[in-house]
Amino acid sequence: MRSKLPLAAAILLFAAPLRAEEKSVPAIADPLVRQECGSCHMAFQPVFLPARSWNRIMDELANHFGEDASLPPDKAQRIRAYLTANAGDAAGGGWARRYMRWVAESGTPLRITANPAFERKHRLPDAVWKDPKVVTKSNCPACHTQAEKGWFDDD
Amino acid sequence: MIRSVLIAATLAAVPFAAMAGAPRRDAILSDYATQASQANPGFSGFSAQRGELLFRTRWAGGDERTPSCTACHTDRPQGPGRNAKTGRPIEPVAVSVNPKRFTDMAEVEKHFSRDCKSVLGRPCTPLEKGDYVTFMAGQ
Ligand code: HEC
Ligand code: HEC
Ligand code: HEC
Repeated sequence: MRSKLPLAAAILLFAAPLRAEEKSVPAIADPLVRQECGSCHMAFQPVFLPARSWNRIMDELANHFGEDASLPPDKAQRIRAYLTANAGDAAGGGWARRYMRWVAESGTPLRITANPAFERKHRLPDAVWKDPKVVTKSNCPACHTQAEKGWFDDD
Repeated sequence: MIRSVLIAATLAAVPFAAMAGAPRRDAILSDYATQASQANPGFSGFSAQRGELLFRTRWAGGDERTPSCTACHTDRPQGPGRNAKTGRPIEPVAVSVNPKRFTDMAEVEKHFSRDCKSVLGRPCTPLEKGDYVTFMAGQ
C-alpha cells in the first residue's frame, strides 16, 4: 500500500499517536464471521456499530447495500450472536466509545463510514479516494494493511 | 538420458498438479449437464467459447457498477481481480493458476447466484454455468 498510496501513507506518518491500549480494536475471533462477512469486503469489527445496528443488518441481509447477502438461519444466528455480544455499546472503551458517542440513543446506522468519528480521521485529499485500489471508503485494508487484525494505527 | 527423464518428469508433474481438483470439478460439470439436458433435451455439451462470451459480454439489467463479469474478475482470468463494489482483492479465477477453483459445489452455486444477479440481473441457467466453468477450466 505504501508505494501505491503515498498520500495516505504520508498522512498516517503524521497522525497523532494514541495511548497503547487504545491503538487497536479487538480482531474478530469467530472464523464463521470472518468467512461469511469477509467474502465481499473485510469483516468489519463489531465495535464500530451498536448491537441494534448489527441486528438491523442481520435482519436485512437479503437487501444488503444492493446485494443479496442472505445466509442459512443457523449461520445467521451464530453471526448475529457474535456481532451483538461484541458491539460498540457492549464493549465500551477505546474506539468503541469514540464511535458510540455519535450514535443516537435509538439510532441504527448501517454505515461505519458515515460516523463523524470516522469522518474526522478521514478528511483525506480527493486523490487518495480516487486511487483505483481504494474504490470505496469502506475498503479499510487498502490503506490500513493490518485492518483485519484490528490495527488502524499504521506507524 | 537422465536429463530427458527429468524433463519428462517435470512435464508430467505440471498437468498433474493442475488436475488435483479435476474430479470434483468434473462432478460439478456433470451435475450441470444433467440439469441442462432436463431444461433442454437437445443439449449437446458445454462450450468454452460460449463461456468466454458470458464472461466478457457487457450485459444490461444488472447493477451499473458491474456490467460484466470482468468488472471484478478482470479481462484476464489468470490475473488477480478486485471487487468493483468493495475494492476487496479477488484471487485469479483461471484454473491453471488457481486449481482450487470450481471444486466446491456450495461455493460455486453461491457465487453464481450472487454474481449473475449482479451482472445479468437474473440467475444464470445450468447451460451458462457449465459453459463458464468449462471456459475457466481451460484458462
Ligand atoms: C455479497 C457481498 C456481501 C456480503 C456477503 C456481505 N456484505 Fe456487507 N457490504 C457489501 C457491499 C457491496 C457494501 C457497500 C460497500 C460500500 O458502498 O462501501 C457493504 C457494506 C457493509 C457495511 C457498511 C460499511 C460502511 O460503509 O461503513 C457493513 C457494516 C457490512 N457491510 C456488514 C456486513 C456483515 C455483518 C456481513 C455478514 C453477515 C456482510 N456485510 C456481508 C457486500 C456484502
Ligand atoms: C483511503 C485510505 C483509508 C481508508 C479506505 C480507510 N482509512 Fe482509516 N485512516 C486513514 C488515514 C490516512 C488515517 C490517519 C488520519 C489521522 O489520524 O489524522 C486513518 C485513521 C483511522 C483510524 C484512527 C487510527 C488512529 O490510531 O488514530 C481508524 C480507527 C480508522 N482509520 C479506521 C478505518 C476503518 C474502520 C476503515 C474502513 C471502514 C478505514 N479506516 C478506511 C486512511 C484510510
Ligand atoms: C461484484 C464483483 C463480482 C462480479 C461482477 C462477478 N464476480 Fe464472481 N466472484 C466474486 C467474488 C468476490 C468471488 C469469491 C471470491 C473468491 O472465490 O476468491 C467470486 C467467485 C465466483 C465463482 C466461484 C469460484 C469458485 O472457486 O468456486 C464463480 C462461479 C463466479 N464468481 C462466477 C461469476 C460470473 C459467471 C460472473 C459474471 C456473470 C461473475 N462471477 C462476476 C465477485 C464477482
